Amino acid sequence: MREKVLRVEDLSVAFHTRDGVVRALDRVEFSVAPGETMALVGESGSGKSVTAYAIMGLLEAAGKVTGGRAFLRETDLIAAPARAMAEIRGARISMIFQNPRAALNPIRPVGKQIADVLLRHGGATRGDAQDRAIEALRAVGIPDPARRAKAYPFELSGGMCQRVMIAIAVAARPELLIADEPTTGLDVTTQAVVMDLIGAMAAETGMATILITHDLALAAERAGRIAVMHAGHVVETAPTATLISRPMHPYSARLLAATPTAAGDLEDLQSVPGGLPDLRAAEIPPCRYAARCERRAEICARPLEMRELANGHAVACWQPLAVAA
Amino acid sequence: MRTLLELENVSKRFPVGRRDWLRGTPPSFVHAVDAVNFTVGEGETVGLVGESGCGKSTLVRLITRLLDVTDGTVWFNRRALSEVPARIFARDDDRAHIQMVFQDAGESINPRFTAADAIADPLRRLLGLRGAELQARVVEAATQCGLPVELLGRFPHQLSGGQRARVGIARAIGTRPRLLVLDEPTAALDVSVQVTVLKLLSQLKAELGLSYIFVSHDLNVVRLLCDRVVVMYLGRIVESGPAQAVFDAPLHPYTKSLIAAVPRLDGKRDGARLSGEPRSPVDPDPNACRFHGRCPVGVSRCGVEMPALSEFDAARRVACHLAEAV
Repeated sequence: MREKVLRVEDLSVAFHTRDGVVRALDRVEFSVAPGETMALVGESGSGKSVTAYAIMGLLEAAGKVTGGRAFLRETDLIAAPARAMAEIRGARISMIFQNPRAALNPIRPVGKQIADVLLRHGGATRGDAQDRAIEALRAVGIPDPARRAKAYPFELSGGMCQRVMIAIAVAARPELLIADEPTTGLDVTTQAVVMDLIGAMAAETGMATILITHDLALAAERAGRIAVMHAGHVVETAPTATLISRPMHPYSARLLAATPTAAGDLEDLQSVPGGLPDLRAAEIPPCRYAARCERRAEICARPLEMRELANGHAVACWQPLAVAA
Repeated sequence: MRTLLELENVSKRFPVGRRDWLRGTPPSFVHAVDAVNFTVGEGETVGLVGESGCGKSTLVRLITRLLDVTDGTVWFNRRALSEVPARIFARDDDRAHIQMVFQDAGESINPRFTAADAIADPLRRLLGLRGAELQARVVEAATQCGLPVELLGRFPHQLSGGQRARVGIARAIGTRPRLLVLDEPTAALDVSVQVTVLKLLSQLKAELGLSYIFVSHDLNVVRLLCDRVVVMYLGRIVESGPAQAVFDAPLHPYTKSLIAAVPRLDGKRDGARLSGEPRSPVDPDPNACRFHGRCPVGVSRCGVEMPALSEFDAARRVACHLAEAV
């Protein structure tokens, strides 16, 4: 087996709020191989972004990692001191965000923002940073890069801003790119181009990608593997084609049944019943989906682990659907 | 089918830059909507799709009479609505008949209004309802939208995304409108909630005989809900027709690339990519196709002659010189 770029093991995160402790992540486990694109999919509130922020060491003050570890190759990201994490972020792991225009510095030309990263992490010198920034803009397909380098984010379209973000993210050739809803708010045509670009950058540099999205179809199109999250648990991980055609977790199946496709009628679509459980409760059932699940039985009250039931197909469910023979 | 709304050669241009007062030369204009014609029949759902900046929102504001047209006529129920200036239309009788549902109900509902206040507001202002009558209508609208009466005393932040969306819809149907303009009503919702809201919209349409204009960039959702679809590019309609037919066999190269870009669950990816960005909407060349330069199949004729939106077959129209050839 190839060495994984990222291994997340039993990662738990809690937020301390006025209304109590929110157990946002509970023993989250997954790994990403070099060059692989893995999608984290789930509804809002499922813990996708919290997972990313925990890995990046960017949890807000109220959030604490309460257990587990995350390894970037040999480096333990959770145990690493803040100073070391500052060296890792931007150099070995980068992140691109939803709404790129808000993520960029509004009062600094985009070329300078790329040069900043190159100076900090990319081994550029004051003399060549600007030229390399222009080169980076060219690499992400921005026409007339020398002129655009002088532009401020508000002068560029959303798609252009996301290209700038990608240029910043890949400037130091990171081992891992975390793309948090990178195309939400962009047009489908721009989305396709931006996702192509991320794919091309990954292929060129061999970096691994975590694609965080609520859009199963986008994940299906772009990721080799999908991890489905629900209420702070990873409930299922599988190769993309397997997950789409033979989901084992009832929640994955429900999510698929709710996704509009190019065929089928409105009547064919089914919503996922119920809502996310209250993660502040003292007693959260072992299966956080049980209250919404139509297959719920007594066995579901027993402590739950991810079980690998087929090659590369793991599920956290006592009564999975269609267990492979 | 009786026509409810008709747009006849509707254009909207916004001046940019300052007028030169000495020479009196006109400033440049953004051609946001350019000579748009389409109709919405009674009980019909028309989808309006296109990239951001294509003029969808301006067109919606012209239809809801929040903006005045530069040229052309908006007919509603055989009345030339565009002759009523936007600033007076708020007190017009037809205001109650054209209502709008906004993208993010969390942001479009006054945060200091309870759900009941939000639904009651247009009923008070437009129909002058008070007291028991008002109360009955609020409850009626909420019930039609599947909103439990117990939730009506809550403020927007105390409601879930799906419930907020229902408040937004209840507020719009309270005045018993005939035309509902839905601007990306499910864009902020999770897929599972989106399904219930789409089903609610479909059910309301059947029950109340409403006409919808459904603005969305999610083509899969448009296909589910719409009878007909209108595709816009840089202020002009490039294609229109029955939704299923357009999605199954798009005629305009822009529509083709739009549909090819939609991610598919089966993971099959269409290689066709639309590169570049739309050209500037400021004083565009009136003799060139707006899609020229970005079009994968364009020929030199496209740069010197604007294609007209012409009938392709009974129900379909397309504005492309090469439409027959494809």
